[in-house]
Amino acid sequence: MIELRGIVKRFPGVVASNGVNLTVHKGEIHCLLGENGAGKTTLMRILYGLYQPDEGEILLNGKPIRISSPRAALSYHIGMVHQHFRLVPTLSVAENMVLGLDEGTGPFLNYRQTYKKISQIAEKYGLIVDPRARVWQLTVGQQQRVEILKALYRAADVLIMDEPTSVLTPQEVGQLFSTLRTLVDDGLTIIFITHKLDEVMEISDRVTVLRKGKAIATVNTPETNKAQLAELMVGREVVFRMEKNEVKRGERMLVVDNLHALNDRGLPALRGTSFDLYEGEILGVAGVSGNGQRELVEVLTGLRHATRGRVTLEGKEMTNRSAREIVDMGVAHVPMERKTMGTVPNMTIRENLILKSYRQRPFSHGMFLDNKAAEENARRLMNEYQIMAPSIDTTVKVLSGGNIQRVVLAREFSGDPRLIIAAHPTYGLDVGATEQVREILLAQRDRGAGVLLISEDLEEVMTMSDRIMVIFSGEVMGIVDAEGAKIEEIGLMMAGERKQGVESASTEVA
Amino acid sequence: MQAPKWLNIERRPIPSGRTIFAVSILAIVAALIVMGIFFATYGVSPIRAYGSIIGGALGNWSGFSETLRRMIPLLLCGVGLTIAFRALFWNIGADGQLLLGAVAATGIALFSGLPGPLLLPAMFFGGFAAGALWGVIPAVLKVKLGINDVITTLMMNYIALYVVLWLIHGPWRGPSMRGYAYTDMFPLSARIPTIGQSHVHWPTLVLGIVLAIIAYIFVNRTRSGFETRVVGENPHAARFAGISTLKTVVIAMLISGGLAGIAGVGEVAGVHYQLLDPTQISMGYGFTAIIVAWLARKNPLAVIVTSFFFGVLMAGGDVIKVNLGLPYELINVFNGVIMFFLIGSEVFMNYKISIRRH
Repeated sequence: MIELRGIVKRFPGVVASNGVNLTVHKGEIHCLLGENGAGKTTLMRILYGLYQPDEGEILLNGKPIRISSPRAALSYHIGMVHQHFRLVPTLSVAENMVLGLDEGTGPFLNYRQTYKKISQIAEKYGLIVDPRARVWQLTVGQQQRVEILKALYRAADVLIMDEPTSVLTPQEVGQLFSTLRTLVDDGLTIIFITHKLDEVMEISDRVTVLRKGKAIATVNTPETNKAQLAELMVGREVVFRMEKNEVKRGERMLVVDNLHALNDRGLPALRGTSFDLYEGEILGVAGVSGNGQRELVEVLTGLRHATRGRVTLEGKEMTNRSAREIVDMGVAHVPMERKTMGTVPNMTIRENLILKSYRQRPFSHGMFLDNKAAEENARRLMNEYQIMAPSIDTTVKVLSGGNIQRVVLAREFSGDPRLIIAAHPTYGLDVGATEQVREILLAQRDRGAGVLLISEDLEEVMTMSDRIMVIFSGEVMGIVDAEGAKIEEIGLMMAGERKQGVESASTEVA
Repeated sequence: MQAPKWLNIERRPIPSGRTIFAVSILAIVAALIVMGIFFATYGVSPIRAYGSIIGGALGNWSGFSETLRRMIPLLLCGVGLTIAFRALFWNIGADGQLLLGAVAATGIALFSGLPGPLLLPAMFFGGFAAGALWGVIPAVLKVKLGINDVITTLMMNYIALYVVLWLIHGPWRGPSMRGYAYTDMFPLSARIPTIGQSHVHWPTLVLGIVLAIIAYIFVNRTRSGFETRVVGENPHAARFAGISTLKTVVIAMLISGGLAGIAGVGEVAGVHYQLLDPTQISMGYGFTAIIVAWLARKNPLAVIVTSFFFGVLMAGGDVIKVNLGLPYELINVFNGVIMFFLIGSEVFMNYKISIRRH
């Protein structure tokens, strides 16, 4: 049994944990549920020895312990699988296993013994990976298995999983869950960090809800439901259905005609994609990830070259224009990677908010920037988009995911763009932020912007869109009105079945 | 790596300005202590050695003028390097860019035939252009072809060095120098005025300080400076925002190489009045300037202070050689030790380390 008592952890300008009490019983799957920035990860980093608490104590089976480092955590059999894996891509699975351990004889590794030990653990829990494979050759799901194996190899019997499903496909999630159940049957304890209610209901025995650095409640999963958890999580009733105004469809604005493009590996990713987008509507793009969504977004925003086909925006040629020209044409882009692409983490909110408009008035006069104008802009947008931060000169790096996305949206939408390309705009966000992001997108649509919404979350596509386009293998399988759209029909198209009357573009060309 | 049980190590999200300053000072103090051991092994008391360095470099005009003379090229190269480092371009080639600036200045001084009043301005422009060109080549190679900037800039130092050697041994060897490997002396109108009999070519010093201020404004107040920081901090975001990496890195290296080139002009037109052996022109200014820029934490204004500090050290090197009979190279060891502690000290900026009490 693990007990955290009165844990307090302060960071400059924020109290990440504010007197948290948490009890985890042996052999249970215990979910930590909370919005981004609620303090889930901080708490677990304390338990794993990455942070030291400012106050409070940790008890293991009733005895107070001090966890000074991850190695100390492992000596108490506590292991952690981070959201972003800590593996060395160029080393083999086995080498990653023994990294940092004192095994083998002298300076040499005993590979045979390592392989044997890995396959013993792997077989026991159904975590099959080739110990000789290099980590970079593995899929994300396999890499996660390696991370779990790594913890088990180090004899962990408490496993902390930090948002493990955020990187997985639905099939992989199923596999992960069955692995976790096997582990628990074998007596392990699992602490599972998430902000997805479905997962809590599916996998956990008990759940502790965190909000703003405090543990709000711990409940037995069978005795609760999603609505109650959501309420605990955000502290108010959550509206799951979106209130939408009647669509006011205007002129045809974006015309994509027979678009072709290659992916990073030089293979065809878009193979004759064609569709139209109208003013004042949201066109949702559904599809299993890896079917050309990324390439479509990149071609439309000038980040990837189209090998064939044509794109026009309000009659103006947009095909293979540079990213800068497309920005200047009034195209907003909410990118999938908000930290690595959408923002400059080490720069301030003020600077990030002018990342695209810095070369225009009022932010620059000739070659000089106008800091006053940037400041005013930042104050106004922070207020308007409810960006929570100590000041406009806070670096974006320290913000929570929801606030980073607010910065991105505030910047992208502040110039009243004509066309909005939003890729996974609510990915990884908590309920409150998700709701806000969706409202903002709807407001843009009502203003008359054309919105192309790419999302892997089918529910989001269905609730948000006015029309839904399904792409498969770089081709449009069909476009349906969202009103009255059947999830079965969309599912079939996602699996590669054409809607009646839609012809293959690639055979036409051949 | 495993920390001992009595240590607490945790990540600091953002180091404050005060932390950065305190940690930098501590790094220098630690380096001074380690160097004290070196002095002690030569049988010289560290206190006497430091006293002699400070006294020699600051205590009288002749020492102070030597300090200022060394500071000038360090200031110019260091300011340029802050801009290159901001763009995440590792310019290890300031020494070569400096030499190219010296070559251009010499060519103009001796062979351009320009009328006197135009000579010096032309030499400064020519030196800037030559250093900039030398800097832009690796910039283009990196952005266009992905060739490692550390290696190209480093190796181009040697090309520059041999260009100078070839010129002074070959086509530019001075007819009036009796066969020695120097060029002829510059005409008087191609010499930068100095303060009295010293080597302090003050117009270059003033230019350096003005350029440091301009560089600071460039980084913080201009569009190009903003682009430089975005490219350096997050190249993906730069692409996303439609910022051209090529243009940005090329501008950064035009400035970085160009300022090093001006430093080269200063050395030949303000100190030596001729092109001579490359090791006499530069004394590793381009390399020491890396430490100067690093200690300034990439802030061009702070380079004014850090280049002065290293000017003291270099001038002090001459003093300990003459007064205490120690080898001048000890100062290079000192530079290495400081760099070592500076880089090592970044751990203390990014992590909070405390001793645990039970």
